[in-house]
Amino acid sequence: MNIYVLMKRTFDTEEKISISAGKINEDGAEFIINPYDEYAIEEAIQVRDANGGEVTVISVGNEEAEKQLRTALAMGADKAVLINIEDDVENGDQFTTAKILAEYLKDKEADLILGGNVAIDGGSGQVGPRVAELLDIPYVTTITKLEIDGSDCIVTRDVEGDSEIIKTSLPLLVTAQQGLNEPRYPSLPGIMKAKKKPLDELELDDLDLDEDDVEAKTKTIEIYLPPKKEAGKVLSGELAEQVKELVNLLHTEAKVI
Amino acid sequence: MSRKVLVLGEVRDVSLRNVSFEAVAAAATVAEGGEVVGVLVGESVSALGLELVKYGADRVVVVEDAKLAQYTADGYAQALLAVIDQEKPEGIVFGHTALGKDLSPKIAARLSSGLISDATAVEVAGGNVVFTRPIYSGKAFEKKIVTDGFIFATIRPNNIPPLEKDESRSGEVTALSVEIKELRAIIQDVVRKAAEGVDLSEAKVVISGGRGVKSAEGFKPLKELADVLGGAVGASRGACDAEYCDYSLQIGQTGKVVTPDLYIACGISGAIQHLAGMSNSKVIVAINKDPEANIFKVADYGIVGDLFEVVPMLTEEFKKLKVHQ
Repeated sequence: MNIYVLMKRTFDTEEKISISAGKINEDGAEFIINPYDEYAIEEAIQVRDANGGEVTVISVGNEEAEKQLRTALAMGADKAVLINIEDDVENGDQFTTAKILAEYLKDKEADLILGGNVAIDGGSGQVGPRVAELLDIPYVTTITKLEIDGSDCIVTRDVEGDSEIIKTSLPLLVTAQQGLNEPRYPSLPGIMKAKKKPLDELELDDLDLDEDDVEAKTKTIEIYLPPKKEAGKVLSGELAEQVKELVNLLHTEAKVI
Repeated sequence: MSRKVLVLGEVRDVSLRNVSFEAVAAAATVAEGGEVVGVLVGESVSALGLELVKYGADRVVVVEDAKLAQYTADGYAQALLAVIDQEKPEGIVFGHTALGKDLSPKIAARLSSGLISDATAVEVAGGNVVFTRPIYSGKAFEKKIVTDGFIFATIRPNNIPPLEKDESRSGEVTALSVEIKELRAIIQDVVRKAAEGVDLSEAKVVISGGRGVKSAEGFKPLKELADVLGGAVGASRGACDAEYCDYSLQIGQTGKVVTPDLYIACGISGAIQHLAGMSNSKVIVAINKDPEANIFKVADYGIVGDLFEVVPMLTEEFKKLKVHQ
């Protein structure tokens, strides 16, 4: 089976966010594989192990993403592709990324494409479904279970807490929700093997794309931090009195009840 | 510049979701005095058209078909694209719900357009329609505009206030007939796991439990408090991992993002990943035995104490208040 995973390099979830010169400050920050993409990589490996085939992990970004691609290879992916847009695209958006990925994938005859349902930095959740639409294949988002039998698929999808059981078929794109699996840590032999696995680097030229073809449709005009919250009021006194005071404050001061 | 703006009304259990009224309000801002056209898609939904009008839509286009009884990306996209083809809008607004998240990128890709997802505010400033949206799980915000093509956005529930309902408003509700072709993914079954009643992502009050709740049984007092306040119960990842409750209740970086008017965190330490899911709530109350717990740093009000003592007392006090109201 021909399996592809769309992966994004993101800020570590523990990182504090600061802004310098109107941008998120990346100096010294730890970067990781977007956590939802980790589920996608794990699922891809499991599907390959059960059905045979090959897992290729793709990332659109700059050369820094090589580290996360190597981690994906160490987890067990077979190949990695970095589409390096650093020199060509200054301010891309989801239109940009999806167009590039779809252009890369269009002649790859992918049976299954997986991604995270959302990236924890930009948080738009657009790229997966956009890529599926551009490739004209069906998609199922926020999945928690994937069963494949030949080309038939039964997919369980999380819909605001409820589960939808969906019948569809390959070729298919799915985006992973938490609960799909438990991503493995790269093993030491895995890390050693990963060093020898192919990691190709492409640029827009290699995809016959111009900067104009992928020019963003949206633009960020300002980034700012939320106003610092003043320290709240920790109540004191008898517990029963505190509870009474809290209810009173919520009713009269905060006016939310 | 006035625009014609489409807004998708989302139907759940035979009524419109609140977020749809909020989307109408957002669409009215985007329209800048132009026309707001509601769109309803389903098997039998036209009766709800007037409701959208009362909340500010000028008229409503309805696409009805048995194949649209349940949401599918393929079916809804065919319906929406037909409406877009007929109306030629200059803006589109959806709710940032499971449906909106799933459908909007498909429509945007088909139309080669931009899409601003998960907006929490919209305004007209400096000649642009400017959307505000959280990034880095709410640790920062960005203001974003569309630079090419029509304005397409999804809005996060509970953030943009709906317009006041006006019973006297009237507007046309017209049907558009669309032949729904192949659906490549079909829903075979829906397993309802989410708690009955109030939807967590749209709830005005959320009572949330963490590891301090100690057991599945321990969620009972939280549920009782939620019931008195007409709210929903949520949980931290810790409580879900410990199997005290279903992952469908999880609030945080992984899990749901909620912005209720009132968030009461019970026995939650306040890990940064949890804060990402709730820190934009309007008022936060923390109840925790540990006075050093991180949750107190984001709380507006805090009680240091055992949740099993405090929560039942709170329930009783709120009951008294409700009787007086």
